[in-house]
Amino acid sequence: MKNTVFPGVLVVAGLAAGVAGATTLEDVQARGKLNCGINTGLVGFAAPDANGEWSGFDVAYCRALAAAVLGDPTAIEFVSLTGKTRFTALASGEIDALSRNTTWTYSRDVDLKFTFVGVNYYDGQGFIVPKALGVNSAKELDGATVCIQTGTTTELNLADFFRANNIGYEPVPIETNAEAQQQYLAGACDTYTTDASGLAATRATFEDPSAHTILPEIISKEPLGPLVRHGDDQWADIARWTLNALIAAEEFGVTSANVDEMASAPTDNPEVNRLLGTEGNLGEMIGLPADWAVKAIKAGGNYGEIFERTIGESTPVGLARGLNAQWAEGGLMYAPPFR
Amino acid sequence: MADLSYVRTEMVPEQAPPPSSVGVLGWLRENLFSGWFNVLLTLLSAAFITMILAAVLPWLFHSSWTAGSLNECRQQIAAAYGEHAEGACWAVIRERHLQLLFGFYPSELYWRPVLAFVVTFLALAPVLFPALPRKMLWGSVLVPFLVPWLLWGGTLWLPLTVLAGFGLGYVALRGVSGLAGGLGGVVAAAAVAVLWWLFLAGPVAQGAHALFPLGLEPVPSRQFGGFMLSITIGVVAITLSLPIGIVLALGRQSDLFILRTICVGFIEFVRGVPLITLLFVASVLLNYFLPPGTNFDIILRVIIMVTLFASAYMAEVIRGGLAALPKGQYEAADALGLDYWKAQRLIIMPQALKISIPGIVSTFIGVFKDTTLVSIIGLFDPIGLSNAIRADTNWNGIVWELYGFIALMFFVFCFSMSRYSMYLERKLQTERR
Repeated sequence: MKNTVFPGVLVVAGLAAGVAGATTLEDVQARGKLNCGINTGLVGFAAPDANGEWSGFDVAYCRALAAAVLGDPTAIEFVSLTGKTRFTALASGEIDALSRNTTWTYSRDVDLKFTFVGVNYYDGQGFIVPKALGVNSAKELDGATVCIQTGTTTELNLADFFRANNIGYEPVPIETNAEAQQQYLAGACDTYTTDASGLAATRATFEDPSAHTILPEIISKEPLGPLVRHGDDQWADIARWTLNALIAAEEFGVTSANVDEMASAPTDNPEVNRLLGTEGNLGEMIGLPADWAVKAIKAGGNYGEIFERTIGESTPVGLARGLNAQWAEGGLMYAPPFR
Repeated sequence: MADLSYVRTEMVPEQAPPPSSVGVLGWLRENLFSGWFNVLLTLLSAAFITMILAAVLPWLFHSSWTAGSLNECRQQIAAAYGEHAEGACWAVIRERHLQLLFGFYPSELYWRPVLAFVVTFLALAPVLFPALPRKMLWGSVLVPFLVPWLLWGGTLWLPLTVLAGFGLGYVALRGVSGLAGGLGGVVAAAAVAVLWWLFLAGPVAQGAHALFPLGLEPVPSRQFGGFMLSITIGVVAITLSLPIGIVLALGRQSDLFILRTICVGFIEFVRGVPLITLLFVASVLLNYFLPPGTNFDIILRVIIMVTLFASAYMAEVIRGGLAALPKGQYEAADALGLDYWKAQRLIIMPQALKISIPGIVSTFIGVFKDTTLVSIIGLFDPIGLSNAIRADTNWNGIVWELYGFIALMFFVFCFSMSRYSMYLERKLQTERR
């Protein structure tokens, strides 16, 4: 499809690229670009730098997927989506995959007809309080004023938690995370609640982070992961196993630094060989070149490398691996075998 | 005649007014200290202003321009102005001001939006300032074809073929009018032009491009952002909403039932719906209605919605101007034997528009500011970009500096529009003071 961008004819030239019948993989390859839905801006997960280059934890998955499918981690059209526009963009085919800190829930999977291809970050809702408040547990927050973003699942989780523990609270509705930071620092609320990853990122920006503490209670499960549309299982498999390849690569010690060397000749570990395409025909099964996983890993490193670079303890966000450690290290990251 | 009163035989020379009633002192006395109540108010206001400035000025100037992150800013400010100094971190503006102006537009192509901006202003100049030569208007006609090409790039043949549609329409108008009368000519012209644009313009442009490749590097809409996006949406909506609004306002007053019903229905529907709803329709709902795979440019969709929205408001503002016009003006036009369009053009509209200027400019300013709402559907206008910039770990937590910069830029645009409207009102002030 020739990409004419003059708006006057876009009305006319709208009906381009007949999709009927073509698979998502064929569409993406014909287009030469992956349309990947990301956040309009979330610390550590998706943010543009001064040159307009996107980076972050969710963005890294898009790049790995583009590398696996097209062999080029930069062959991406990033489509920034808000919480309200993300699902229609995916359902209507505007994007091929959505990697936008989206919680995997029953109704999104079943009712909205999406396929979650896995979990790339296990999050949960927490509370941040000033140390001066002297609170050590969320259950001591009886009667507290709580800053809460409206229209999110966090609002419902909060109501559930306080009702289950039979304590009262006073909500202070706010719209955005930036507003919440200001309100919380100005003392408009005793505590601010959102996903724990967001709380950590928020606390890192305070003038004196040590004066604030994140309470130990995590009151909800927020498994965040990439998703695709129902109806194209091959594409869902590609998206799923790209994520799994990144997780497995960490487990087997394949990094962006040594992947070329390990892929150049078969190693002692047969599963690594299958993953990197030096043995077996896993790539052919999924409709991709044999070295698809090599390219995905080279794009931004394995899961652990991506985590450390974007949201890990060495970054200002400073998240510990916690639940997101490999299963062998007590976490939940567990890639099914490449066989 | 001894008890004569004193009669002055010469005039006392003019004296300068007492020093307490002229100059700075006189102005102060008259305006600020003319009574005990005003003295009190003056002192209170002065105390209030001093308080505000004492809080804001140190923050403005105890600032850091060179840091690479918010924490670095804080360290620099603490090092320069003491441990507890509060200061602005202008470094974020220094690093991101081009992004706030141009969004993700490729930096080597910044000259294109800048040139488009200049060209647009040159095109508007003869419309805005009647002192300029009328011949410049012929250049203005070409600008709607030139500016989109500059912004979006692509082949030069496309705007040329679109322009050719008008030429073909004109030829048809001339040819058919002679044979089938005026109405037939208009219908033929419209049919020829629309058929050309729908079916031939695209292939012809591509064919011509294949033979003589003339063009600019295409820039997709997704890379538009910042003030460039706001100005693009704002200028198109503003320039189109005025003529559409005039037509709607006239239609609403028309005696033709169907025409009037359509105009009233459109105006009342669009005014009854918030702009955000229209934007969501543009970004979300249309995706479901249009056939899958349709590539209907998102910025174009937004521009259409904002234009429709502004037109409905504009129609009501102009209707107010029409209603304010004495009935005698209409009757005078009839008495002169002018037909409907001539009466509107020569007598009604010049007066109605003049009356409506403050309302029209208010609507313009409102539309321009409303363009920030597009951040809600994920476009990167300045507000959307400020969120994206905050998502950078270096700048997370910065609020006032970004909003301050955006507010300043908006103020510059809106204030100039407002000053221009006052200039226009003064210039057109002829009667009925």
